[in-house]
Amino acid sequence: MITVVLPYHLRNLAGVEGDVQVEVVGSPTIGSVLEALEARYPVLRGTIREHVTLRRRRLVRFFAAGEDISHEPPDHLLPEPVASGAEPFYVIGAIAGGSG
Amino acid sequence: MSRVRVLVGTKKGAFVCTSDGNREKWDIQGPHFIGWEVYHMKASPVNPDRIYASQTSSWFGQVIQRSDDGGRTWTTPGSTEEERMTAWGFPGGESNKFVYDGVPGTHQNFDGTQKPWEFKRVWHLEPSLTDPDTVYAGVEDAALFVSTNAGATWRELSGLRNHDTGPQWAPGAGGMCLHTILQDPSNPQRMFVAISAAGAFRTDDGAQTWKPINRGLQSNYIPDPTAEVGHCVHRIAFHPSRPDTLFMQKHWDVMRSDDAGEKWTEVSGNLPTDFGFCIGVHAHDPETLYVVPIKSDSEHIPLDGRLSVYRSRTGGHEWEELGNGLPRQHCYVNVLRGAMSLDSLDTCGVYFGTTGGQLYCSRDSGDTWKPIAEHLPGILSVEVRTLP
Repeated sequence: MITVVLPYHLRNLAGVEGDVQVEVVGSPTIGSVLEALEARYPVLRGTIREHVTLRRRRLVRFFAAGEDISHEPPDHLLPEPVASGAEPFYVIGAIAGGSG
Repeated sequence: MSRVRVLVGTKKGAFVCTSDGNREKWDIQGPHFIGWEVYHMKASPVNPDRIYASQTSSWFGQVIQRSDDGGRTWTTPGSTEEERMTAWGFPGGESNKFVYDGVPGTHQNFDGTQKPWEFKRVWHLEPSLTDPDTVYAGVEDAALFVSTNAGATWRELSGLRNHDTGPQWAPGAGGMCLHTILQDPSNPQRMFVAISAAGAFRTDDGAQTWKPINRGLQSNYIPDPTAEVGHCVHRIAFHPSRPDTLFMQKHWDVMRSDDAGEKWTEVSGNLPTDFGFCIGVHAHDPETLYVVPIKSDSEHIPLDGRLSVYRSRTGGHEWEELGNGLPRQHCYVNVLRGAMSLDSLDTCGVYFGTTGGQLYCSRDSGDTWKPIAEHLPGILSVEVRTLP
């Protein structure tokens, strides 16, 4: 099981409290974890990555085992601590406030 | 006694305000969707308890919400366990999927270059006059979408965006948005939309084809001031009993058409400034109009720091200042294009919200004003529904 930490607004949207767990067949990648997450919480489709293109939304970032992996491709393997469930996969709303 | 329900979309969530017909004591529920921008909410004319809401964020994109109990509880359409399983057994979750039809093509950008159409958000939701499950969405970058399953899925009505003039459309300061949708109650094939900055358009064949209706508009800030498209139309409105008579608040100028947009004439008359965003029509007098004049397209504040609504009882040209109960000094808010609405009670209530979070109500057609709320987040839209 992969533990995913969602930002505040997406936890509210998905109706969850705290971290969420998703199951991935095989070695987990960024793409496979997001697919599992969206399958379990369809309301998150389009909020982390865009519909159709599946590109990461501009102000969303991915962190794993202390590394920013936002720019890695979807088939990028998640590091062992995340794959083993010891550490979470972070979906983060970028620090880009300022308009109020 | 009749009641009214005021739906308020703000920069940080949605509010639902209700009152009895006296409109003196208000119950304010919210914020719903706290921290998200809510560009617009509107109830179905067929079922006033069915409300559609556009919830959006620069971070997480578009979400469509629906309430079937007058705004008490909300759901993302198509998200129940039964609804979200497709024929192939996979979850749906497509209520926020706005995908342009075909190859989107390009439109004009600020610098004159061509830029691919890119969906950003839903500005306006217009429920069908006859079917509570059908709702239209006006989006940025400008296009018209429709859902016929209560918001669960959407498809583009691409005849509009594919108009020959599409590559000439350009964004205004707020983005290239389709912000106004009017359905002709006397002709189900006819609909009007307005786009900043392209202009007004009309369909007479149920959204298959569209015609720019901008003749008579003069916009001195564009290369050809009388061009077929390119005008920054801020809002259009009509009285449902006279859908051929349209009123427009343009970037500059208040305009009127008596032939469904074929030709416009200016009716700014004695307004102290004819710049503004919103425009509304009295519920019982099709010749009584309301605007909020704003000082210039650079400052976006009330004239002399005094917030006033202006009313014309003559279909334009002659305007009177209405300020009894509104701030008379030190007021520097704006009133955006979607932030005015009118109820249909006998005395016709007029409502508007400001970028400073004040929500005002007049119970007497604009003669006097009182705040419903004074410290909401910046108000993007106001819609009023009179309830039995």
